[in-house]
Amino acid sequence: MVKSQTIGARLANALILFTLAVIAFLSLAPMLNTIMISISSSTAVNAGQVYFFPVDLNFSSYVKILNDTKFWQAFTVSVERVVLGGAINMLLTVLMAYPLSRNVSQFRSRNVYMWIIIFTMLFSGGIVPWYMVISELNLINTIWALVLPGAVPVFNVILLMNFFRGIPKELEEAAFIDGAGPLRILRHIFLPVSLPSLATITLFVIVGHWNNFFDGIVLINDSDKIPLQTYLQQLSLTRDQMQNMTVEQLQQYNKVSNTTLNSAKILVSMIPIMLIYPFLQRYLIHGIVLGSVKE
Amino acid sequence: MAQTEASVERGTKVPANSRKMRKRLDGLTYHLMLLPGMIALFIFSIIPMFGAVMAFQRFIPAKGIFGSPWVGWSNFTYMFQLPDSKQIFINTIVIAVGKIVLGLIVPIVFALLLHEVRLKLFKSTVQTIVYLPHFMSWVVLGTMLTMIFSYDGMVNNLLEFLGLERIMFLASNTWFRPLLIFTDTWKEFGYGTIIYLAALTSINPSLYESAALDGANRWKQMLHITLPGIFPTIVLLGTLSLGNVLNAGFDQVFNLYNPLVYETGDIIDTFVYRMGLINMQYSFATAIGLMKSVISFVLIIISYRLAAKYAGYRIF
Repeated sequence: MVKSQTIGARLANALILFTLAVIAFLSLAPMLNTIMISISSSTAVNAGQVYFFPVDLNFSSYVKILNDTKFWQAFTVSVERVVLGGAINMLLTVLMAYPLSRNVSQFRSRNVYMWIIIFTMLFSGGIVPWYMVISELNLINTIWALVLPGAVPVFNVILLMNFFRGIPKELEEAAFIDGAGPLRILRHIFLPVSLPSLATITLFVIVGHWNNFFDGIVLINDSDKIPLQTYLQQLSLTRDQMQNMTVEQLQQYNKVSNTTLNSAKILVSMIPIMLIYPFLQRYLIHGIVLGSVKE
Repeated sequence: MAQTEASVERGTKVPANSRKMRKRLDGLTYHLMLLPGMIALFIFSIIPMFGAVMAFQRFIPAKGIFGSPWVGWSNFTYMFQLPDSKQIFINTIVIAVGKIVLGLIVPIVFALLLHEVRLKLFKSTVQTIVYLPHFMSWVVLGTMLTMIFSYDGMVNNLLEFLGLERIMFLASNTWFRPLLIFTDTWKEFGYGTIIYLAALTSINPSLYESAALDGANRWKQMLHITLPGIFPTIVLLGTLSLGNVLNAGFDQVFNLYNPLVYETGDIIDTFVYRMGLINMQYSFATAIGLMKSVISFVLIIISYRLAAKYAGYRIF
């Protein structure tokens, strides 16, 4: 490196570091503030005293959550949909990506399937017919309504297909000459070398299922069967009414609202994402590179 | 001689036959592998596309698609007459274009700044932090942002401290759109940086060395080496974003809006949801949704064409 830095260069360096530090802090600020609110007293929160340090430190919100059956019911539904939906997503992704990664000379109908799949990704019939199909199939109020309509994550199928296409042909040739069929080649050659891609897609699928709140609103009416994000969404439904209030009414409302408790709830809902975040981050670059295959 | 010739001939012929057999067998396996996924797509994507014909009906649930009366284009003419729907298209485009522009610029600037940092640990820490909001749901962020931007929230306390007036951000038609654009950029810019950082690693370091020898300072190096290095990526993302001109972000708006800001914040997707599933105006909602789908489809095709032409990009 250049040793003799001018004052200007040093100043520029310091300025860049400072800017980046401020931006990083702003990225974390809402979450930090929410954490502090969740461990402060309601009185302090409603008086607007809580920023980035707890006031009257206490964990009573978290104790309340421990005994909140509705919360844990919704949490369980979310875990169920992640496991069931994630498994179905991954199975279908692998099963579809492999045949689609073949050349037209190896699999003549490949392009026909590809056009249909791309078309379903780019065009949609809209929410009303979508709802009616699910309703006709009697899936409303079942876990299947959260799992089956999105069973094929088309974008991920294309990601994995592109990755499969980049695998050198020599790898499978020996197996092919030995008489191995598609399923064996997929299992013994393609899957082992695709582990990072599969990990990336698995993580995307998990986050997608965990964070989805909308299908729970539309497709589940029974409040015992809603997933966690839908449950959290409905906690703040009163926001609509809140905005119509006068300032005095708002302040009154805030005094009785459960800001502390709700903050604790959304933080607990983030724990699973935070647990897989280190892995997520490791595979992020991989996923992006997967998504931008150029030919 | 004759015998060996015959066996040689058989030796080539038999595998040729079995090769054909095998190709057919493999083909069958491929079809079977695709079958479950295709069934799911057929039921949940393709059937609803046909269901969209209800945009040309006065759909009555009891009579179904086959029994409901056909009304031609009247749902569409009604849409063009309704002042609300014009406003909704305007809101959607303004919000979406704002997000596209900021969402393109901020990650570039951030990636360039990050690229200048030599401290590895600092760099990776900053990256870890700024990626995080991308993985939070809009339900969670909606709750957090509502607290922060509420009338007696943190931001308003800061404004008051600076001697400014408090603002009802979430109930103000002046502030709601900027709030949407700003918070969406805040959530996604870190994630958007990744692709530029990947592009930056592929720049040949010797370019910088020779530029430094020629007396180019850091600003000039950035302008003439770094920026051209990521330019293809910028062009690619810019063209691809064209497909999002009608996507203003349902999840975000749904978790932040309220009737007071419908005038500036109600977008096509939220309007279709309320019309179709809350007010039960099935055909009207489907007509608006269909209109959006068709326009978006055309825009995406154009953007893919442009991306293929100017950035050599192909999706499959």
